[in-house]
Amino acid sequence: MSKFKIILNGIVKENPTFVLLLGMCPTLGTTSSAINGLAMGLATMFVLMLSNLIISCLKNLIPDMVRIPSYIIIIASLVTMLQMLMQAYLPGIYTTLGLFIPLIVVNCIILGRAEAFAAKNSPLDSLCDGMGIGIGFSLALTLLGAVREILGTGVVFRSEDFGMSGITLQGENYGMLMFVLAPGAFLALGYLIALFNKFVIKK
Amino acid sequence: MDYVLNLFLIVITAIFVNNIVLAQFLGICPFLGVSKKIETASGMGLAVTAVLVVATLVTFIIQKYVLDVFGLGYLQTIVFILVIASLVQMIEIVLKHSMPSLYQALGVFLPLITTNCCILGVAILVIQKDYDLLQALIFSTSTAAGFWLAMVVFAGLREQMSLIETPKAMRGVPLALITAGLLAMAFMGFSGVDMGLRTFLGL
Repeated sequence: MSKFKIILNGIVKENPTFVLLLGMCPTLGTTSSAINGLAMGLATMFVLMLSNLIISCLKNLIPDMVRIPSYIIIIASLVTMLQMLMQAYLPGIYTTLGLFIPLIVVNCIILGRAEAFAAKNSPLDSLCDGMGIGIGFSLALTLLGAVREILGTGVVFRSEDFGMSGITLQGENYGMLMFVLAPGAFLALGYLIALFNKFVIKK
Repeated sequence: MDYVLNLFLIVITAIFVNNIVLAQFLGICPFLGVSKKIETASGMGLAVTAVLVVATLVTFIIQKYVLDVFGLGYLQTIVFILVIASLVQMIEIVLKHSMPSLYQALGVFLPLITTNCCILGVAILVIQKDYDLLQALIFSTSTAAGFWLAMVVFAGLREQMSLIETPKAMRGVPLALITAGLLAMAFMGFSGVDMGLRTFLGL
């Protein structure tokens, strides 16, 4: 498989949110706005690419019996690195995403890709797979965040952490606040997956 | 007296107002994955309760008496996930030998719990909220009760739902998510109850 095909596979055919249905907690928990969703997606992508690369390099050294604990330690170390980097350089968005950054450790996408792809393929292919799945995840989170933000507040790509005022699509008075709150996350994702099933997978 | 009333508030808040699944989006994977039947949903809820309470207490003690004392706070994520993974393994072994019938009932769910983000999430939340040991115990127990409640109510809804003819693209997860959205809306009715109670009790 060519590298480009591996990346594309992660974005459409094995999209982690719409097809594999993995990593639902950050998907629902951090997408109250498009920028928050994008930041969460990129943070996950960082860990996913590096963990795929490292695990693929070490796949012949790690004994089969203890592979899951070893993977978890590698992932947890990468997440700790990410936490420190974000605290130092992006403190605003780190506080906004809060609990969901340390919880990347238990995101099933990362362990799932380590087990399903990185443990069987070459380091470079694994890096591409991490990138593809990461892009797919980021796109899905940004899309869900944008839908919720537009329906909920009428503005899209607004972020106080990055000082962005966003694009106003409809007057403030037309926002349905419910879509920014908890129920809106479930409803918006439910309908997006149904649309994805209907028009992309053609169920 | 105020301390006891505060504990009561923690219970109400954790079960109804800030329900772990429906308001905080932790533990979505088992919530969607094993909620097709009331019995299995209830079993998963009980297994999570057992692990959640034990894990929170152990991680709390480790944080206060090891990590804080030696200034190793940055190792929190790695240490907590390792403790949780080994605890789950230990609970599995102990249950297998001491309570085989309970082990039979929970058996399938126990290994799944390691990657359930509500365990790690609650362990970190307890530290962030700066609770003492008794508060941590009450908080984790009532959070687990909230998880069990959400699981059982949701499974009941899904059992009814499986009898209905629905569009093909909506079947399975999309419909489950929309049901969860409606359930979350119902739980939103409790929002503000904690503040009201606080005023009522004069805290």
